Amino acid sequence: MTTSPSEPGAPRARNTRDDTYDLAVVGAGSAGLAGAVTAAGLGLSVALLDASAHTGGQFYRHPAPALGAVRPEALHHDWSAFSDLRRRLAESSVTHLSGHHVWSTVPEADGTWTVHAVTGADGAAERPARVRARALLLATGAYERQLPFPGWTLPGVVGAGGAQAMLKSGLVLPGRRIVVAGSGPLLLAVASSLAAAGARVPAVVEAAGYLRYARSPRALVTNPRKAAEALVHGAALLRHRVRVLPGRAVTEVHGTDRVEAVTVSRLDGDWRPLPGTGRRIACDALAVGHGLVPQIELATAVGCATRPLPDGTLGLALDDLQETSVAGLWAAGETGGVGGAELARTEGEVAGIAIAARLRGRQGATGRTAGLRRRRDRMRAFADVMATAHAPGPGWTAWLDDDTDVCRCEEVPAGRVREAVADLGARDARTVKLLTRAGMGWCQGRMCGTAVACLAARDGVAEPPSERRPFAVPVSLAALAALEGTADTPHPEAP
Amino acid sequence: MARTPADLVGARPDPPFEITFDGRRVTALPGQTVAAALWGAGILAWRTTRDGGRPRGAFCGIGQCYDCLATVNGEPNRRACLVPARPGDAITTQEGHGHDHLAV
Repeated sequence: MTTSPSEPGAPRARNTRDDTYDLAVVGAGSAGLAGAVTAAGLGLSVALLDASAHTGGQFYRHPAPALGAVRPEALHHDWSAFSDLRRRLAESSVTHLSGHHVWSTVPEADGTWTVHAVTGADGAAERPARVRARALLLATGAYERQLPFPGWTLPGVVGAGGAQAMLKSGLVLPGRRIVVAGSGPLLLAVASSLAAAGARVPAVVEAAGYLRYARSPRALVTNPRKAAEALVHGAALLRHRVRVLPGRAVTEVHGTDRVEAVTVSRLDGDWRPLPGTGRRIACDALAVGHGLVPQIELATAVGCATRPLPDGTLGLALDDLQETSVAGLWAAGETGGVGGAELARTEGEVAGIAIAARLRGRQGATGRTAGLRRRRDRMRAFADVMATAHAPGPGWTAWLDDDTDVCRCEEVPAGRVREAVADLGARDARTVKLLTRAGMGWCQGRMCGTAVACLAARDGVAEPPSERRPFAVPVSLAALAALEGTADTPHPEAP
Repeated sequence: MARTPADLVGARPDPPFEITFDGRRVTALPGQTVAAALWGAGILAWRTTRDGGRPRGAFCGIGQCYDCLATVNGEPNRRACLVPARPGDAITTQEGHGHDHLAV
């Protein structure tokens, strides 16, 4: 049976060499769940660490049992795939460590890995935890990419994925009349969820054009499930009379202490707003996002190679069996490039089989995974089409005014970033950060990283943000102090 | 057609309870985070920024942006989008870094 610690602050974490797991999986979304149950099914001892109290990751985020949702699938696509993984987890020997926020993974001299986590709902519980394992699978998913615009810090402006997450888990909406804007396929899913849950959605404002998909007909016809998913969302939007406005962006939010309206402008092919095209839409909330960014800092911290993706983000460079450039460290799902839950599940399964083969000293993972890898490659091809279609155009920075805060944490306006670039000679995001504090706050540049990189690039092509964060999540000094003297102690920590 | 998120998923929640936000009573459902309970009451901001004193609330909704930091039962810098609401919780607007009382 799955062991789930009753209190997040007192995990049944094994810390000793005798108690080393075969595999530690970080992230209990589609990729991590699939990897964990596949590896356990092949006889490995597996620890599955995840920050949330519940499995499912962001895509299958769902209400806590106390909310008594009889039909959680009403807010989901392909819910049966998740309920199947959840059942397999419950029937497995996997140790599920919920409420574990992994902040570092360390390769040890003997070839094993130590996974460090802080615990509790938000990582504020006093006791840190450590897990030792012979192999590591990172399935840490993605976070939402944001591009700033005047007014984006007003209450009522929320991430599109954030609105979806709050709806899926808390059954709440940020307003009654919600404009959905940005770029990427997630917007259609978010708009149809919000509308189904009772919100009025006056418009979905998509900066790109959907016609770019038509340039890659092969990827479309070989991924009929993706086309079907788009049709489902499209039909839902028609039913709720939601207008989709391609080639446009929200270029300003109006309101003093909360959202009252947005201005939507037409864009040219480079996403530069066309003067005089602004049109005001009344609303009390805006759900906005510009695609997803692979969450890879645990991997980059130990030197894993990355690859630039067509949408301007970085993903991990992986071999045909999902291993990173660092031996013993595998990755699956969005960490290798954003491609959705079905792709993540497939990659998790490939990784689980490959890891079991490696630890058992057997060949044959290549043969056993041939079918899975063909499906993976087909879905990856589609993911590349999506990423290309929704890559931000370089002209988007024209909708910033100098007073727009680019860094939400440190309240650094675009004018100061431009000054650092134009007058002080900054050429990259790191120098801008040192000169302005942009990216130096609590979120460690997750919200402003893309914007700062674009502004620092002047007229050249922006380098993808490096996604380097020595601490993947903030760690209290108390949690660090608790590590002192116990790092190599071959005894379990006192409960 | 469903009119609320709860209708959509056929929610039959356990009995609701009360928390307070800056002294005002707010009804929360068991299983909701602090941020969800506040959104449910139409409250979107529960922090003011250090420099501009501007209102902020939940933005990313998944614990990544730290915009939703709140003071929960006197403890500042708790991520409201992650922390579950508990009966009797006192949520207060967090001003700046939340440690003004330590200023000398």
